[in-house]
Amino acid sequence: MLTMPKPDLSILARQGEIAAALREIVPGEGVIDAQTQMRVYETDGLTAYKQMPMLVVLPETTTQVSQILKYANANGIKIVPRGAGTSLSGGALPLEDGILLGLAKFNRILEIDFENRCAVVQPGVTNLGITKAVEHKGFYYAPDPSSQIACTIGGNVAENSGGVHCLKYGLTANNVLGIEMVLITGEVIRLGGKHLDSEGYDLLGLMTGSEGLLGVVTEVTVRILQKPETARAVLVGFPTSEDAGQCVADIISAGIIPGGMEMMDRPAIQAVEEFVHADYPLNVEALLIVELDGPQVEVDHLIERVSAIAKKNKSKTLRVSNSEEERILFWAGRKAAFPAVGRISPDYMCMDGTIPRKKLPEVLAGMAKLSKKYDLRVANVFHAGDGNLHPLILFDANEEGELDRAEKFGADILRLCVKVGGVLTGEHGVGVEKRDLMLEMFSQIDLDQQLRLKCAFDANGLLNPGKVFPTLHSCAEMGRVHVSGGKMAHPDIPRF
Amino acid sequence: MIYKPTTETELAKLVVEATSPFEIIGTGTKRTLGRPVENLNVLDLSKFSNVKSYEPEELILDVGAGAKLADVEKLIAAKNQYLAFEPPNYSQLLGSKHSGTVGGLLACNLSGSRRIKAGAARDHILGLSAVSGRGEVFKAGARVVKNVTGYDVPKLMAGSYGTLAAFTSVIFKVLPRPETEETLVLHGFDDAEAVLIMSAALQSSCEVSGAAYIPNVGTFLRLEGIAPSVAYRRDKLVQLLGGKTAVMNARDSTVQWRSIRDVLPLSDNDERMVWRISVTPSLAPNIIAKLKAQIDLRYLFDWAGGLIWLDTPQDAAQIIRSSIGDGHATLMRAPDAIRNGVQVFQPQTEALAALSARVKNSFDPSGLFNPGRMYEGV
Repeated sequence: MLTMPKPDLSILARQGEIAAALREIVPGEGVIDAQTQMRVYETDGLTAYKQMPMLVVLPETTTQVSQILKYANANGIKIVPRGAGTSLSGGALPLEDGILLGLAKFNRILEIDFENRCAVVQPGVTNLGITKAVEHKGFYYAPDPSSQIACTIGGNVAENSGGVHCLKYGLTANNVLGIEMVLITGEVIRLGGKHLDSEGYDLLGLMTGSEGLLGVVTEVTVRILQKPETARAVLVGFPTSEDAGQCVADIISAGIIPGGMEMMDRPAIQAVEEFVHADYPLNVEALLIVELDGPQVEVDHLIERVSAIAKKNKSKTLRVSNSEEERILFWAGRKAAFPAVGRISPDYMCMDGTIPRKKLPEVLAGMAKLSKKYDLRVANVFHAGDGNLHPLILFDANEEGELDRAEKFGADILRLCVKVGGVLTGEHGVGVEKRDLMLEMFSQIDLDQQLRLKCAFDANGLLNPGKVFPTLHSCAEMGRVHVSGGKMAHPDIPRF
Repeated sequence: MIYKPTTETELAKLVVEATSPFEIIGTGTKRTLGRPVENLNVLDLSKFSNVKSYEPEELILDVGAGAKLADVEKLIAAKNQYLAFEPPNYSQLLGSKHSGTVGGLLACNLSGSRRIKAGAARDHILGLSAVSGRGEVFKAGARVVKNVTGYDVPKLMAGSYGTLAAFTSVIFKVLPRPETEETLVLHGFDDAEAVLIMSAALQSSCEVSGAAYIPNVGTFLRLEGIAPSVAYRRDKLVQLLGGKTAVMNARDSTVQWRSIRDVLPLSDNDERMVWRISVTPSLAPNIIAKLKAQIDLRYLFDWAGGLIWLDTPQDAAQIIRSSIGDGHATLMRAPDAIRNGVQVFQPQTEALAALSARVKNSFDPSGLFNPGRMYEGV
C-alpha cells in the first residue's frame, strides 16, 4: 500500500493560524477549512487513494499565488497544486499537513492572437475550452487527452498530457510556447512567450511534465492550429495481435504518420461493443482504427495505401468511413472504452506504459500470463502509433485482497514494459501511482540527478512532496558528491 | 591539453579527477557560438561517434553524440527518413568545415525553417546518456516516442551549450521524409505585407512548412507531402493570397530553403556581425523599421517573421535589445573582443538568472563544463 510522507504535527497544530494568514492573502471564500467543503478535494482521477488536505486555498491572481507560496516556504508548509483533479496518477492527491492550492479560479482566456497563431490563457481554462474559444475561425488546440472536457491546461502542462492525436501533432510540451510561473520563493518568472525557442536553459521544457514539483503555473501561451480540411478513418480487424502490430509497423515504415492510430484487444472490443454498439467485428483478436487527416485528395490517397497494407497483413475485416457520422461512430467505441470496461467490472485500474511497438506481441503474451497468475482479467486499449499501452485491470475492491492483487499485477505489467525497453508512463504521469517503481527504470544516480534539479527549484521540498520520487532526501544531502558504482546511494534514508 | 576519451567510464574518470575546467567540443565547428571560453583544457567527444541503434520502423535513432550530423542525415535518408526540425548547417556563417556533430546540434538547440511546423531540435530529443560535472554517468528519457516518466531532462540539455553535462549519446525521434516539395514565391511586397501574407498562409489549412521573406527578393512559402496534396494546397494558397506568384519545383525549392536555413544571404561578409532574433512574428516589420533608423543592417525573416536574421558592421547590442519587445536576440557571429564585451545571449531577469545558476549547479557544482559560455559566472 501507498505510504505518504509523515504529517508534521507541529504544522497541523497551527491549522487555525495558517488559515488566518491565508485569509489575509486571499479574502472571502477563497480559503476553505470546513471538512464538508474540503471533501471534494480529497481525491483526483486516481480514486483508489483519498486524503483530506489541511486547508484549501483558491487564489485568483498571480500576486496571491506568489504570497501564498512565499508564506508556505517561510513556514515550512507543504503545497499540493491542483487543476481540475483529473490526474490518473494521483498527482493532485492532498497531504494531511499540506495546503491544497486550487487554480480553478484562473479560468479566463486572456488573449486570442490568430495572427501569431497562439492563445494566452489562465491555467484553470479547460483543454477543450481553448478549442471552443478559437474554433469559430477554424482553429483548435491539438493535444486531446480523453478528459479534455474537464482537465485544465495548467494540469496538462504539469503532466505533459497527450491524447489520441499526439502521434502527429505532439504532446503538450510540443504545443506550449510560454508560461508564467511562481517559484516556491514567491518569485514570478516568465518562460518563452509568443516567440519561439528562447535561449537559456529550457526550463519551459523542464516544467512541462514536472507534476507540480517545481513551481505553480499561472499563465500559459499555447500554439493553435487550423483544423485539417477532412478526416477519415479505417476500421480493421485482425486474426491476431501480431498481425495488427505488424500492420502498424508497416504503416509507419511506409512513411505514413496517421492523425491517430488506436488498437483494442478482444476483451476491450467485446466490452465496448456491448456498451455502444459501434458495429465492431466480434470475431477478431485485435481491432485497429487508423485516422488520416488533411486535404481530401491526400486523405483518399493515404486511405488506399493503409487499406492495402492492412490487407497484406491478413486483415479479416476492413471498413472505411464514408461520412463524418461513420467516422465518429468508429471512434465512439474507442472513446467509450473506459466506461465500457467499467460496466463489466465493479472496479478497474488503468495502466499507462509505453513500449517499442515491435514488442507488442511479447508484452500482450506476458500480460495474458500475468492475468492467469493474479486471476484477474485485463482488457487492452493501445495508442498503437506511439506504443502507449493502456491495460485495464478488472477487479472488485470489495473482494478481500483484490485491490492489492490488481496493484501487484499493474506493477508487473509496468516492469515488463521497462524490461522490453519501454517506460513506466507514456502520458498519465508518475504521481503516487508509479512512484515506487521509478528505480525499475532509472538508476539511483539518474534519479539523484533529477532530485538535484528539484532542489534547484524547491530547496525545502515543499512542492507536492511524496509524488514522483520514491525516496525523500534533504537537499543538503543531495549536494554532497558521493561515490558511484551502482550501489544504493543513501542506504540509511527512509524509503516510502 | 586535449583529452579524447573513448568510453563513458574513461570520460567520467577524467571529470572526477579534473582540477580545472574543460571546454567541451565535438568537432569544434561551433566554438565561436556563445561567449568565448579560452585557455581551457579541451574535452573532445568526437570518439563517441558510433550508431548504437537505428530502428526506422520505431522512428528511433540512438547515436553517439560525436557522430557527424552529415553522416547521420545520410544514414537515415537511405530509409527515407529525416530529422524533421531541419538542422541547419552554419559552416559558411561560422567559417567552419562542416555542419558538426549531433551533440553540438543538441547543445545549441539549432532548428531550421521547418521549426514552425515540426518543432525545434528539443522537440525531437527523446533521451540521452551523459556524464555530469560530478563525473557520474547518467541517462535521461528513453527509446520510445511517448514518455513522461520523470523530468524531461533531455529538453533541458537542448540549448545548454555544454554547461550542464558532456553528452555521450543522443536518442532522436526520426520521421518519414515528405515525398516531394514545392515553393510558392510572391514578389513585390514590403516587410509588413510579407509578414501578413505569411501569417495568412499559416492560418490556412495548407500546412505550410516554411515561410520566409528576403527583402527585394521575395516571400517564400514551402509545401511538402505527397504530390497530389502539394499541388492541391499550392492551388488553394494561390487562390487565398492572390497577387503575382511563381512556383519553384522540388529541386529549386530544396536549394532555396537550404540557403535560408543556413543563412547564406548573410554569410558572405565576415566583417559584419550576425544576430539571430526570435520575436512575436507580427512585430518583425516594426522592429526592423526601428532598427533601420538607427543602424546599418541587412536582414531576412524566417518562421513567418518570428525569426529575424540581421547583420550589421556595428556593435549594436544595446539598440537591438531595446527594440525587440519580449523577444530574444543572440549574437551569432562577432569577433572575440566583441563577444567578450557584450551579452551574447539575451540577458535574464534576476530571478531567472539565479534559478539558471542553481540548475547549472545541480549538474556541475564545481563549474567544470564550459564555464561562462552562456552567461558570466554560470
